[in-house]
Amino acid sequence: MKTVEMPKMGDSMEEGKILRWIKKEGEPVKKGEMLAEVETDKVNIEIEAFASGILRKIIVPEGTAAPVGSKIALIGASDEPLPGNLGENGAGVQTSANSEPQVKDVPSQVPVGVNTLSSSGITTSGTQGRIFISPLARRLAAENHLDYATVQGTGPNGRIIKMDIEAALKRQPPAITPAPVPAAEPVMPLGAQPVSAAPEPALAAAIDSNEVVEIPLTAMRRTIARRLSQSMQTSPHFYVTSVIDTDKLAAFRQQINEYAANDPSPVKVSFNDLIVKAVAKALLRIPRVNVSFAEDRLLQKKQVHIGVAVALEQGLIVPIVRNADQRGILDIARETQRLAEAAREGKIRPEEFSGGTFTVSNLGMFDVDSFTAVINPPESAILAVGSITPTPAVVDGQVVVRNRMKVTLSSDHRAIDGAIAARFLQEVKRLLEEPFGLVL
Amino acid sequence: MRTITYRDALREAIREEMLRDERVFIMGEDIAGYGGTYAVTRGLYEEFGEKRVRDTPLAEEVITGVAIGAALGGLRPIMELMTINFSLLASDLLVNSAAKMRYMFGGQPAVPFVVRMPSGGGAQRAAQHSQLFETWYAHVPGLKVVMPATPYDVKGMLKSAVRDPDPVLFIEHELLYNVKGEMPDEEDEYTVPLDRGEVKRPGRDITIITFSRMLHLSLQAAEDLAKEGIEAEVIDLRSIRPIDIDLLVDSVKKTNRVVIAEEGWKYYGTGQGLAALIYENAFDYMDAPIQHVTGADVPMPYSKVLERAALPKKSDIVNAAKAIVPAALVRK
Repeated sequence: MKTVEMPKMGDSMEEGKILRWIKKEGEPVKKGEMLAEVETDKVNIEIEAFASGILRKIIVPEGTAAPVGSKIALIGASDEPLPGNLGENGAGVQTSANSEPQVKDVPSQVPVGVNTLSSSGITTSGTQGRIFISPLARRLAAENHLDYATVQGTGPNGRIIKMDIEAALKRQPPAITPAPVPAAEPVMPLGAQPVSAAPEPALAAAIDSNEVVEIPLTAMRRTIARRLSQSMQTSPHFYVTSVIDTDKLAAFRQQINEYAANDPSPVKVSFNDLIVKAVAKALLRIPRVNVSFAEDRLLQKKQVHIGVAVALEQGLIVPIVRNADQRGILDIARETQRLAEAAREGKIRPEEFSGGTFTVSNLGMFDVDSFTAVINPPESAILAVGSITPTPAVVDGQVVVRNRMKVTLSSDHRAIDGAIAARFLQEVKRLLEEPFGLVL
Repeated sequence: MRTITYRDALREAIREEMLRDERVFIMGEDIAGYGGTYAVTRGLYEEFGEKRVRDTPLAEEVITGVAIGAALGGLRPIMELMTINFSLLASDLLVNSAAKMRYMFGGQPAVPFVVRMPSGGGAQRAAQHSQLFETWYAHVPGLKVVMPATPYDVKGMLKSAVRDPDPVLFIEHELLYNVKGEMPDEEDEYTVPLDRGEVKRPGRDITIITFSRMLHLSLQAAEDLAKEGIEAEVIDLRSIRPIDIDLLVDSVKKTNRVVIAEEGWKYYGTGQGLAALIYENAFDYMDAPIQHVTGADVPMPYSKVLERAALPKKSDIVNAAKAIVPAALVRK
């Protein structure tokens, strides 16, 4: 019998929630086939079977979160006996170790025992250290499939006690629905007005249920809330805005697109792709913007990885165009489109949306004049791009109509000073107004 | 029903057993002519005579050695040590001889004798004479250690101890001799088993586990708690070894919270042993850490004020219970 464990997808992943079992108990599975759909704090991912056999036992039911490394299912022969105690990680390990020779080329599964008490793999989705809970309360939570991470402990030292679990069970049906909190922010790409200091609990209590519709937070929404609150609260933002004349850029883009349409793999280049390229080149020239603030020092990144904010129905995600400075414009366009597509389909992989060094957020398509964006930590700056608008401009003493866009750079003042931000923006402006610089 | 003292209950048990079985005899320091330091044996010398009520020298080792020898020889001695503090002089005989004989001689010899002795503080007997050593003896396989707290239990358990085939350390308490309790009429024979605790007061919010004199403080504490809306279950262990773990676990399953109240020292004592057993057997039923009320970790002071401060009080038990019963559970 082989144990299927919650895989670790990305460094920050601590647990995953089973959204859907694609295979049912008793169904045959082949190595490489999709087994289940898992929601992490960032994306939904399908996990594949690493061994062939019968899906004998689903340990973690749909809608339930399980920590990385915990057992979620068993795959084995149809006549193989199931291990007696599925909840004991130790027993499971032994079983899988004993049957190791039967399955070849399978990486050895080393479960990370987190919570062995629960026979159903129900545990905590808390990430801020350990949750104190009495043994009895823990057992009650497990028996009722309650994720106690959302339960407020009223015992000494904030310990969750029996009464707290009973109260939580009374409040909600015995399913794994985290206590709903009203969504405080509209679903928008990184941006607009700063996320306010999270007042969720008090807010939740004060609102009359007749006046609101409660929308439970998705893992992605929670991540956005947490990360951007953290950004706004810890890094002092300042903003520098520049107006960029885009007439030459538009002509340049048209030329490229005429060429690219006849490319062996045709592609359409957007203004944003050109902005990504410009930003990447500017970061090479002004590397002091390509940094992370690390409390006692600055970490200047040797690579330039540009994040491109992509709006999704359930939130937003920032796929990364790696080494954007070294890529050609067509390559950037193809990569960005591929990543955005993958993100919309929920198939983007953790390594494709982590490790960025700078982010571009573009609301130009929404007829936005300008806006300020919240820095995506641990990065130190983000460029917010508005719409290209025909604007009366003074050129050579004459008022003429020119196409222009406003870009606003948000910088973390702990890492970047105003003059550096301005020089960087100046470089971006120069590259976009004289776009041949992008390919030279 | 009638009401008698703990002291009289002890005397009744001894007398009834002596009448029932002529192999039963008593010995100890000043127990014959003087009637015993705590007057437990008063009148028995007159009734049964010198042969069965014997004064001994001030030599605990001698008394214990004689009792073991007599038991091996077929008699049923009840020996009295003036206090448990003096039993340390006889502890080699108790631990290395009495406790081991049945085991080391292939199960052949029985060593049926009872060591009666008071323990505990509260009467200004100072550091050397106020101790509780039940833990020391209860640690040893081969000994039975009981500490009844009420006249009914002390009589029934002493009769069981006399009839038991093994050495029984029968630990009384200096401050319990005058405690009164209801009893069946003298004609109504009864015994109390040596291996069973008892729920002295049922409750649902918290279990107070206690024994000996602390039972009475615990019952008073439970009264106070009840006035504040907390229903405490009070369990009298009665026997320290063997321990009635099933009784404790059943109660913990109901209340989910435990206070252990004992007069002795905290470290490595009876209460800590009980706590470990409860965690082993009922961990998944615990909703709060076990609270442990004990005497102060000091040699008992002679000063009345300091002695009072060193002994656990009713309020200690009440506070310990309130510390782990959630306020929301309290029924006003």
